[in-house]
Amino acid sequence: MHALTKIEEIIQGVLSGDRRNIAKAITTIENNTAETQKLISSIYPHTGKAHIIGITGPGGSGKSTLIEKIIRKYRQRGKTVGVIAVDPTSPFTGGAFLGDRIRMQELSTDQGVFIRSMATRNYRGGIAKATKDAVKVLDAAGKDIVIVETVGAGQSEVEIIKVAKTIVVIFAPGLGDEIQAIKAGMMEIADIFVVNKADRENANKAIMDIQAMLQLNNKEKTWKKPVLKTTALTGEGVPQLIERIEEHKHFLERQLEHKRSREKAEAELIEAIKEKVATSMIEKLKREGKFEEFLKKILKKEMDPTSAAEKLLNEKFRNKV
Amino acid sequence: MFNKEKINEITKERERWENTTLPKWMGNRPERKNEFRNHSDTLIKRVYTPEDIKDLDYMRDLGFPGEYPFTRGVHATMYRGRLWTMRQFSGYGTAEQTNQRFKYLLKEGETGLSIAFDYPSIRGYDPDHPFSKGEVGVCGVAVASLKDMEVLFDGIPLDKVTTSMTINGPAAMLLAMYIAVGDKQGVPREKLGGTMQNDVLKEFFAQKLIIFPPKPSIKLVTDIVEYCTKHVPRWNPISISGYHIREAGANAVQELAFTLYDGITYVESCLERGMKVDDFAPRLSFFFAAHNDFFEEIAKFRAARRIWAKTMKERFHAKNPRSLWMRMHVQTAGFTLTAQQPLNNITRVTIQALTAILAGTQSLHTNSFDEALALPSEEAVRIALRTQQIIAHESGAADTIDPLAGSYYIEYLTNEMEKRAMEYFQKLDDMGGAIPAIEKGFFQKEIADSAYKYQREVDEKKRILVGVNDYTTEEERPIKVLRVNPKVEEEQVARLQKLKRQRDNRKVKEVLEKLHYATEEDENLMPVIIDAVKAYATIGEICDVLRKIYGEYKELIVI
Amino acid sequence: MQNERKIRVLIAKPGLDSHDRGAKIIARALRDAGMEVIYTGLRQTPEQIVETALQEDVDVIGLSILSGAHRTLFPRITELLKQKDLTDVLVVAGGIIPEEDVPEMKELGIKEIFGPGTPTDKIVQFVLENIPKRT
Repeated sequence: MHALTKIEEIIQGVLSGDRRNIAKAITTIENNTAETQKLISSIYPHTGKAHIIGITGPGGSGKSTLIEKIIRKYRQRGKTVGVIAVDPTSPFTGGAFLGDRIRMQELSTDQGVFIRSMATRNYRGGIAKATKDAVKVLDAAGKDIVIVETVGAGQSEVEIIKVAKTIVVIFAPGLGDEIQAIKAGMMEIADIFVVNKADRENANKAIMDIQAMLQLNNKEKTWKKPVLKTTALTGEGVPQLIERIEEHKHFLERQLEHKRSREKAEAELIEAIKEKVATSMIEKLKREGKFEEFLKKILKKEMDPTSAAEKLLNEKFRNKV
Repeated sequence: MFNKEKINEITKERERWENTTLPKWMGNRPERKNEFRNHSDTLIKRVYTPEDIKDLDYMRDLGFPGEYPFTRGVHATMYRGRLWTMRQFSGYGTAEQTNQRFKYLLKEGETGLSIAFDYPSIRGYDPDHPFSKGEVGVCGVAVASLKDMEVLFDGIPLDKVTTSMTINGPAAMLLAMYIAVGDKQGVPREKLGGTMQNDVLKEFFAQKLIIFPPKPSIKLVTDIVEYCTKHVPRWNPISISGYHIREAGANAVQELAFTLYDGITYVESCLERGMKVDDFAPRLSFFFAAHNDFFEEIAKFRAARRIWAKTMKERFHAKNPRSLWMRMHVQTAGFTLTAQQPLNNITRVTIQALTAILAGTQSLHTNSFDEALALPSEEAVRIALRTQQIIAHESGAADTIDPLAGSYYIEYLTNEMEKRAMEYFQKLDDMGGAIPAIEKGFFQKEIADSAYKYQREVDEKKRILVGVNDYTTEEERPIKVLRVNPKVEEEQVARLQKLKRQRDNRKVKEVLEKLHYATEEDENLMPVIIDAVKAYATIGEICDVLRKIYGEYKELIVI
Repeated sequence: MQNERKIRVLIAKPGLDSHDRGAKIIARALRDAGMEVIYTGLRQTPEQIVETALQEDVDVIGLSILSGAHRTLFPRITELLKQKDLTDVLVVAGGIIPEEDVPEMKELGIKEIFGPGTPTDKIVQFVLENIPKRT
């Protein structure tokens, strides 16, 4: 029996739920080392059991406080929970301030909860892929629930949240045009809407506003998107929210899960192929000097980039044949 | 105040001066910086003239001491009648040790007491709570129950002193204990004098010693104001604080604006409760920092008085002149103390103390030179006290009122700070008030940005801190600092256990249940809390009842 | 092809001390230097700090404390780090820690103590130069 390599140790650790190795595994994914692919392929067969919940909402919505309550409720029911909290990397400095776990800190010592903060960085393959892979780690490690938290403002956040099976969007009344602040794409893919800080005066108005929007947009006629009220500070409304999440989970299992899973897997495969093809093609063209040749033409304005790409690829494929 | 023609004349002359005399000097001796700005980003001119205050109207903008708009002082005789209270913030270790320190300071000439509590007490935890490990008596006095309070004031008659308590979350409990001690000493409640910090709003974005969420926190503050207005009329139930806002990194304008706006918020809360403004406003008090920028600080204090007077008159229609007074306590800025070459701090504190005195503070604490290293030693705190006494008796600063009035620079700065503070008021009003602003992280961002800017200036040597980034010395003589006996924690825990054995635990249980009920019914909690402390319920036990109902609060972080 | 490695730092305030001006400035400076900074807010227990360091797989822990309780809290933190096999993490501290306590703290495994007045750049530089070597 040979001694385990570092990555094998990590893989084994993940599959047995060891926290140190879960952390190292996620770091491996973040750093996209030579071992990352081995890690993912090893754990992939063990994924698919966790229910993945995406939770997003504008700053000030009380999202983090609500997530803390949600985790507690799941823990009361004996479920284990993993959390990935995503925050933006500064485009200027490359650094990031990861402060989401502050509201969940009391749960950090609960051995049934694993919280990890991730920055969007400048991932090859995008943050969405890195998040997806980190979720796979928590899934394979045996977590019953995996929560992905983002601030729902940008396009990439829409992509991140698509990793989830149930998507919850949280608002708070009186923050301004919060409904407008959420990307249009997010409104459509969301499965459950929550108005937090429901003890505020304009809570009911916020609920009506969202319901009005849903009337116009509700395409998926089979799952009626609920609009719920919560007060995260006291925990009011949280059991009902969990119920709805569970309902949605069962709905998926019964109806569309197969279709969604297929759609998701297809999207992932296409992305992976695109990534691999583009990477290897560009590397080749650079090695052969063709890349530089055509780049010079573009700079001299002899050719636009799209035509250059077409020419390069036509040449490549003609040679193959 | 100035003749228009005269102003034009001066302008002409100034322009001449700038074109003829000045360039000669600029050639030989260029100015040290391209631009002189203070930390609040106010551009500081080379010289100020009547032009800068040409619209100043003496009666409208300054008036006389003791009269609206109180710019020159809240009392007609100020220090000629009575010097400011010399009130040194003190406390460490056990109640006995602090009682000794109080007596020492009173003997050395301080004229008011001020209690520094330890973190567990401030946070509402008993000494045996897991969070209290390592913290008991370390940065203030450990007070867990009425028993400790009784020891703290042993031999100190409460009708002969006034006491300030820096306490916020458990303010009601500490006030109740003070009242109970007074009761025991036979001092009528109407005679008890002092101040409770009890300013929860600034906790949310500056000092961060929060226990409960915003709504119940403000409710407790209002309970105390209401109770004191009726039963302890000499007590200042709130000390609306800017000191901590400044220490957290705000500049002088922000300190001024945010503090006063917090004051506005408290007034609104009391009015919502049904109180009449003239019933409680006379007892609202304020607490500011005194920093190094000499003139800016003086202008800040004067502007504060004027803004508050106008606000109480115009926004809240107060009629009682005492409702328009801003009475303040000032503490020299802790943040400016350096660990390097600590004796330099004596100089800093002197400059800072002078700003507060020249601007007419009612009460003053001067920091000790060793406080960047530890709690003050006896020698250090004596020097701090002597600093105030020297200014009082040897400098002439206390012999006339508002001596810097009329200075073109001071009046310009006072106006400027008032203007900028009012701009903040408008912004905050537009946001819907202090609480929405706190939730949006507005104060926090302003403070964090200001703090970061200051640090960058120091790192880049654009701002010189003597002994720290310039004029440094390699050889530093180590100074002896105060160390709190680590046995204090053991002692306090043992004391607590003894108390719990000796008291009537059935009574404690009963009164805590009453408290639970009263909290749920949203009653004014002061009476039942007084009963609870008299039964020797501990701070932790009382806070736990409230925590169960109100929940706990986590601060919003903005870096 | 590898992503760029980012330095991950945990800034923690152990105990009841609520003075966070310095901690926040350091957090911001480290972020501006390109690091990923996890700040867990006030009132952290040693257990929470170490568990967070583990989950976040940090390279550095920065402890900020001004209350004087470091003599109780720091030994507990370093002990837990040993137990959890996190001894390769760089641990630094700042705040009000008297000169005479510094040797004791360093013995525990805290690599450097940054007292009041330390230039921010010095701290950033120290972190950059002393992060653990990891593949």
